[in-house]
Amino acid sequence: MLEARGLFKSFGKVEAVRGVSFAARDGQITGLLGPNGAGKSTTLRMLYTVLKPDQGDAFINGISVTADPLAARRSIGVLSHGAGVYNNLTARENIVYFGELHGLERADRDARAHELIEMLEMQSFADRLAKGYSQGQKLKTALARALVHRPRNVLLDEPTNGLDVMAVRNLRKLLGQLRDAGHCVLFSSHVMQEVEQLCDEVVVINGGQVVAAGTLADIRAHAANSHLEDAFVSLMNGGDAGNGEPK
Amino acid sequence: MNLRGIWAVFRKEFRENLRDKRTLLSALVFGPVISPILVAGLVQFGISHAETQSDESISVAVTHADSAPNLLNYLSARGVNIEKVNFDEAAARNAVATQTHKIILEIPEDFGSRLQQGQPAPIVLYSDSSRAFERRGVGRVRALVSQYGIEIAQLRFLARGIDPISVLPISVQEIDVSTPTGRSVLVLNMMTYLVLLSMLFGGLYLAIDATAGERERGSLEVLLTTPVPREQLIYGKIGAAASYMLISLVLTVAMFAVAMSFVGLEQLGITTNLGPAAAAKMIACCAPLILFGSAYLTIISAFAKSYREAQTYVQLMITIPTMPLIFAGMMGLQPKLELMFVPFLSQHLLMTSVVRAEEILPLHMLVSVSSTLVLGALLAYIAGRLYRREALLG
Repeated sequence: MLEARGLFKSFGKVEAVRGVSFAARDGQITGLLGPNGAGKSTTLRMLYTVLKPDQGDAFINGISVTADPLAARRSIGVLSHGAGVYNNLTARENIVYFGELHGLERADRDARAHELIEMLEMQSFADRLAKGYSQGQKLKTALARALVHRPRNVLLDEPTNGLDVMAVRNLRKLLGQLRDAGHCVLFSSHVMQEVEQLCDEVVVINGGQVVAAGTLADIRAHAANSHLEDAFVSLMNGGDAGNGEPK
Repeated sequence: MNLRGIWAVFRKEFRENLRDKRTLLSALVFGPVISPILVAGLVQFGISHAETQSDESISVAVTHADSAPNLLNYLSARGVNIEKVNFDEAAARNAVATQTHKIILEIPEDFGSRLQQGQPAPIVLYSDSSRAFERRGVGRVRALVSQYGIEIAQLRFLARGIDPISVLPISVQEIDVSTPTGRSVLVLNMMTYLVLLSMLFGGLYLAIDATAGERERGSLEVLLTTPVPREQLIYGKIGAAASYMLISLVLTVAMFAVAMSFVGLEQLGITTNLGPAAAAKMIACCAPLILFGSAYLTIISAFAKSYREAQTYVQLMITIPTMPLIFAGMMGLQPKLELMFVPFLSQHLLMTSVVRAEEILPLHMLVSVSSTLVLGALLAYIAGRLYRREALLG
């Protein structure tokens, strides 16, 4: 369970996030949808505790990220933008390292790495150095790393960037599995189709503010448009469909 | 404090960099292998050159040699090889510039007749002073020619019934004591400087890679979402850089000991005191510095926005702590209590004492070790504070 309450964040004069509130429930996939520069990444970064909100707070399973960030981190798994992995370690070593940082005992983290390598079908490259990995292999490694400590909540920042169709399909399947296992999955995207295919709930962000939130049906109803992309465009233009630019 | 996070980061950085060619080259090859070879090579060259130069007879090309047979006899009796040539001024200049002849003595045709008439007889000596190795030869020729002139003058005084001693009121006797010791100081300075520098280089790439590099590759952000306090992450990285510095330090000193045993240091007036015991002492003097060095480099690279930027900063800043050594060398600083508070300088002075087999005061050692460690801990703490800033993410 993730909850943002009135988050504000500025970088110098740029107000990146201006009062974002929403909740992402367990057993659901929540999509954070918005154009580039809308404040999606900044919101996620506050949720996963690498940025401190100027105002407001966020709660991970009820734990405040501002009051106790270390405790909050124990129940989140993060796939950051770009999914950087350590090139001079193997996938297995990458996973085990994060297991150790999360406080797993040696036997446990080894077993867990083994489990994740099977689950994500990484056997063919798990013991090679990450230097020569494809984008898809890097993403799998980063995902396994994010899941090593069995976090209740999984946050992914634009996870499908740079992936081919097959890799996206695999990711979609995996996120579905996580949802079915009762995890709370939150991911950001600017790609409509992804959100449409995956999400149970959508939070639409623009200009650092939530402009709409709810199920896909809610969003479509809100924007009075049955096609999500048109609904999105109308939301971005801040009003009714058709009031925006001429078609 | 929970040390598990530090330990995990330390082991990972250590292992990952063991697989990095650049880190390995700079920690294990550049400093430890190249610098001792460089110094040993220079010393060997210096020794053999000094040897050959003093034995070597000087060759001088002389124009109009026939007009000054006595002078030439005088010179060749004192080990100067005379080669007769026929140059005008331009040709002489050209010959020296192109090194076909190193020293040319131009004697005017009327040299003999001017001498006989008691007129000043000019002689022109061509040489190239930018070539350091020939300076000695030129100096010797000049001295011999003036000596010859003085002897002629003395004969003239005698012929006029004047005691030649009375016109030489001062006699200068030169005793050069500087050569062996002076050179040994230079060699020692270079050696301690290179030991310290190669120690720093050992941890340089790891420090950059673990901070600026990690951020550039995008793995830093995820690292910061683990439940390990940020300062512990950086302590682990500093520790890993320090361990590479230690390896580099031990290897460099060991290699210096080996390299110097092949070089006849005694010929430069240095008591060879670079056996295993002295090497161990040198390492012990420098070891406290690895914390300071690794924290220093980590702070600099944590400031940089990218790997390349960090590389630029670090390569500039790495010379700053070693600056005092250059001054110490120029000013001939001796170990003093107050100097023991200065990192790098105190290690330089202590190492120099070790190699010269001089006694090291326990107080000096104590002050050097403790002040270096305290400053190092302070820098590590600052690095930890820096890592808690948000600007870290760039």
